[in-house]
Amino acid sequence: MSFLSIQDLTVQLKNGMPLLRHVSLDVAPGEVRALVGESGAGKSMIGKAVLGILPKAARLTGGKILLDGEDLQTLSQKARRQRIGARAALIPQDPLTALNPSRRVGPQITDRLVDILGWKRPDAEKRALELLEEVHIQSPDRVMKAYPHELSGGMRQRILIASAFAAEPKLIIADEPTTALDVTVQKQILKLIREMQQRHGTALLFVTHDLGVVSKIAQSLTVLYAGKVIEETTVKDFFAAPSHAYSKALLAATPKYTDPQGSLTPVPESVITAVEAEVAAFDEQARAGTRP
Amino acid sequence: MQIVRALLTRLITTLITLFGAAIIVFVVIRVVPGNPIAMMLPPGASEADIDRLKALYGLDKGIFEQFVIWISNVVQGDFGTSITLRQPVYDLVIGRLPATLELSVMALLIAVVIGGAAALTATLYRGSKVEGGIDVAGGIALSLPDFLWGLALILLFGVLWPLFHISGRISPSLGFEFSTNFYLFEALARFRFDVVLDLMGHMLMPALALAIPLAAIILQLLKQSLKECMHDDYITLARTKGYAESSIILRDALPNAILPTLTLIGVQFTFLIGGTVIIERLFSYEGLGNMAIDAVINRDLPLIQGIVLIFALLFTMVNLVVDMAYAALNPRLRHA
Repeated sequence: MSFLSIQDLTVQLKNGMPLLRHVSLDVAPGEVRALVGESGAGKSMIGKAVLGILPKAARLTGGKILLDGEDLQTLSQKARRQRIGARAALIPQDPLTALNPSRRVGPQITDRLVDILGWKRPDAEKRALELLEEVHIQSPDRVMKAYPHELSGGMRQRILIASAFAAEPKLIIADEPTTALDVTVQKQILKLIREMQQRHGTALLFVTHDLGVVSKIAQSLTVLYAGKVIEETTVKDFFAAPSHAYSKALLAATPKYTDPQGSLTPVPESVITAVEAEVAAFDEQARAGTRP
Repeated sequence: MQIVRALLTRLITTLITLFGAAIIVFVVIRVVPGNPIAMMLPPGASEADIDRLKALYGLDKGIFEQFVIWISNVVQGDFGTSITLRQPVYDLVIGRLPATLELSVMALLIAVVIGGAAALTATLYRGSKVEGGIDVAGGIALSLPDFLWGLALILLFGVLWPLFHISGRISPSLGFEFSTNFYLFEALARFRFDVVLDLMGHMLMPALALAIPLAAIILQLLKQSLKECMHDDYITLARTKGYAESSIILRDALPNAILPTLTLIGVQFTFLIGGTVIIERLFSYEGLGNMAIDAVINRDLPLIQGIVLIFALLFTMVNLVVDMAYAALNPRLRHA
């Protein structure tokens, strides 16, 4: 039984332009699933739909999102918000902008526990201190009282990770959590997320465009193109032999660390044309209602 | 130690500002046409009488000499004697200052509450008809100056629907003895709510007239800043935590959006204090502004100088308060 189950999810702009096309995917408890694709493929949009933070211009027009077996769309707005807050969490992309600059760090970790889950403040603070230690922050009591601008980007991402795990959610969505960090910090943060995920047994939906990162953290992956699922497989199978032509091209386009001088291989024009045609045919089938 | 130094710097710049204001007002009112002697004597007074009066008030001396005499007296706390009212300027100004302070602060409070509430409501209902309605109301409020709002209010709530008093500060029939000139403050402190009600009945319309344009300015700027904040990542993160839109606006967006508005309020508040001059006249409210107009009409040079100095002092004080509030609200400035 998967903890997050997305079934036939369709998200459109107000003008009808599709952002996600009948996307289905599952994340089992404790599973790490990577969502990959080029920018604009809709990989972040899936996370946003699950967390109820779709941009104003976008609308969920079809399909279901089941969180722990519960269809989120059937809940009232308030109930949905609180359910998501209690069961899921986000590790955001840019740690420099994801903490409120005018609030101290401590309350930004404890607020969900106190306000949404009804913890007592001292308990929440104790929990926050433990979490800060877990993410290897020295003198956590000092950091709790600091303002975000007093801390480095890596520190802030550690705090955001601690904050995401605070309510012991069953699902964490990490939206390119290392993209905004420099390379040396990236590695540590990736390792930390992996370590925390394993210790807490959390299901993790890891959004990234970096296949190198995928191989280090995920067990399964979903490849997206233009809001459509192109391939869904295990990481092992994917790196051994991707089945879809686009996936192959994507893998070939990944720069090799073993050959830093090697030229970059773009996804070939023919593959793009083929995958575009596939998406168009898929749309046609969906319209006609003949899609299996 | 840093605070002491900052305050000292501030004190010195304040003194320089006041000295500059003193020079400007002193020179300007002596350059503009009209002189107090002509106002005091009947037409056809003899040259000798005029010269005698001029000598009495020291107006026969050169402008530089007059300034030196005046400023050295001011430094010693002597602001001179009003020519028309024949009382010490200091006593007159200090006597009237509380009335103007109460009026300005009341107007400021009204403006902040109305403008702030409108901005928060518009942000909560952004993109809906509610926001459109608030925008239209703000546009109308901003399109008229305070004194026209004063006239409109008099017509509306003084004449057509006589809810409030249209002139004065307090009804004389009340027969209440004040021991300070802060009437509203004192009535509140003494729990005389009948007196408070009467004072408010006099003060509300002029305060509202001053507050309406300021409320519209606060609305526009605060709404704009809030809107920008609502796109920030920490707002999105707060949403995923399960918070309602209203608490996100109040707790996460407002503290970050308020700083530009705060600066603006400081600047606009000094304009508002300037606006009291006409509004107090309009409502025959016994404050500094009303006295200033009489002083100008009568060319009461010492009194004008005293009033302008007190206004200059008020303006620098307002700026000081704004700077301190800014530092208190913005953690990034606190150690700077």
